[in-house]
Amino acid sequence: MTLDASSLKVVQATDRRLRRAERSAGASVLLHGALIVASIIAVFPIFWVFVTSLKPDARAVEPTPKLWNESSLDNYSRVLAGEKGDFLAWFGNSVLIALMTTVLGVFISATAGYAASRFRFPGKRGLMMSFLLVQMFPFAVLIVPLYNILIALGLNGTSIGLVLVYCTTAVPFCTYMLKGYFDTVPADIDEAGRVDGLSPFGVFWRLILPLAKPGLAVTSFYAFLTAWGEVAFASAFLSAADESKTLAVGLQVFVQQNRTEWGHLAAASILVAIPAIIVFYLVQRFLVTGLASGAVKG
Amino acid sequence: MRRFLDRYWYAYAMVLPVVAVIAVLVLYPLAQGVFFTFTNINEGNIANPVLDRPASYDVVGFENYLNVLSGGESYGAFWGTLVRTLIWTFACVFFHYTIGLGLALLLNRQVRGRSFYRVLLILPWAVPAFISAFAWKYMFNAQYGIINQVLRSVGLPDPVWLGQNNWALVSVVIVNVWLGVPFMMVALLGGLQSIPGDLYEAAEMDGATPWQRFRHVTLPGLRSVSSTVILLGIIWTFNMFPVIYLVAGPNPNARILVTYAFERFFSGASRDYAIASTYGVLILSVLLVFAAAYRRALRKQGEVW
Repeated sequence: MTLDASSLKVVQATDRRLRRAERSAGASVLLHGALIVASIIAVFPIFWVFVTSLKPDARAVEPTPKLWNESSLDNYSRVLAGEKGDFLAWFGNSVLIALMTTVLGVFISATAGYAASRFRFPGKRGLMMSFLLVQMFPFAVLIVPLYNILIALGLNGTSIGLVLVYCTTAVPFCTYMLKGYFDTVPADIDEAGRVDGLSPFGVFWRLILPLAKPGLAVTSFYAFLTAWGEVAFASAFLSAADESKTLAVGLQVFVQQNRTEWGHLAAASILVAIPAIIVFYLVQRFLVTGLASGAVKG
Repeated sequence: MRRFLDRYWYAYAMVLPVVAVIAVLVLYPLAQGVFFTFTNINEGNIANPVLDRPASYDVVGFENYLNVLSGGESYGAFWGTLVRTLIWTFACVFFHYTIGLGLALLLNRQVRGRSFYRVLLILPWAVPAFISAFAWKYMFNAQYGIINQVLRSVGLPDPVWLGQNNWALVSVVIVNVWLGVPFMMVALLGGLQSIPGDLYEAAEMDGATPWQRFRHVTLPGLRSVSSTVILLGIIWTFNMFPVIYLVAGPNPNARILVTYAFERFFSGASRDYAIASTYGVLILSVLLVFAAAYRRALRKQGEVW
């Protein structure tokens, strides 16, 4: 299996090198041109938020926007100093909730995905279908029943309650992805582990999980982002006290009825985007392989 | 029974956490939500544990469905909104897929700086959606937005993007396309890399033109990954609420079914939970019909998913 894959890659590489030599200078220019234009479009909105974040609020709404206009780091220092609300507390809450969602969501979807990939058991088909069904219902309109359940479980207003709610959004996709990824790990490995005396859980924990890193990276990224940027549930379920808000909820203070403090909002947005981009940078080299094998087999 | 448990207990033990979470936090609320659609529940008559007020809503049978499906303006003009939702979904998924495939094909070649391009192109995915929404809302602003300034400077008309006309729908489609392309691109890039290189070699030997190679090697090779991501893309886009809600606000020209459900849920003093849930059930029904048809179509082509 490994041998096959690696020899295939060698073939591909030589094949590509051949073609690159064939490509004319004009084609190269077009290729790079298209990629550069696409990259600029992809990055520009984020770049523009950054530019805006350095301007005072009054300069951010001038009819002829400029790159540099009385720019300074004042917005950042004011946001971090908590003049508009306890930014650092929101930040801590968001990190805590997003990390808990990632760990819990990926763990339970990994076990379920592994079971669905390796074992045949009654109800498996129904389970996989129900995951698809879950994606189809706009869950946010169920805030009322969910709220009642969280009260019944004694979890309303707590981060645990919110983490569980986020898991329901993240888990179906993660399970599908991980099942697809586990399908690409040869079942011989499981059998070898069993022969060596590992329990089914031991095989999963000690052999399969370490092999499934790209799949785990993609699903962690997805789960993290699901929790990091969610607004509706967070504003409905967390208590109104300023220190228990998440970033997505807290940032609304910069958007008042008739007036948006664009400079401050932009600075806060950049601060919020940084952790997400760091997570993204850590996993990005796994994204292509992880997502592909998941989606191909899923 | 005993044998059954002996055989399957570890499989069930591994799916149990997921099943427990889904059952408690999805199936039960879903059942309650479906029940709400047959009542006139709203903020005024729901049980309120804080005020210690008991529930006083009534069962009204199919009244909500009749009201919504008769398409009245005060119930969100269901049919018009459904058509707009279909346009929105089709436009978004079409551009997601074509642009994503185009970029994936470019990135799949041996290009200098490929991983650098890839990081930049995936970036929109990594930024939280509510921040992208703010960014685009700011850029689309008719007075101080950069987009209109650029359009004016090259002598093009500068529409009021997020006003009360169809440009609002165009704007939110642009934002959502920008957001959704990276996912498609990454998934399709992975699909492209799993197509064995010797297939291309063989096609080239047989004298196939680049278009023929694309048509008869690349597209069939991407078949299974495409069918999955298109299905997911359609479901996600159909229910994509934050982009429209945060960029366009409660603008009837950019209203789709799910944002209207939200408007009924969140805005106004009445907070009509019954109508919001009714919309939820109708959305679910539309998507179920679609998924069943999609599956049939795939099966006819000999693929089961």
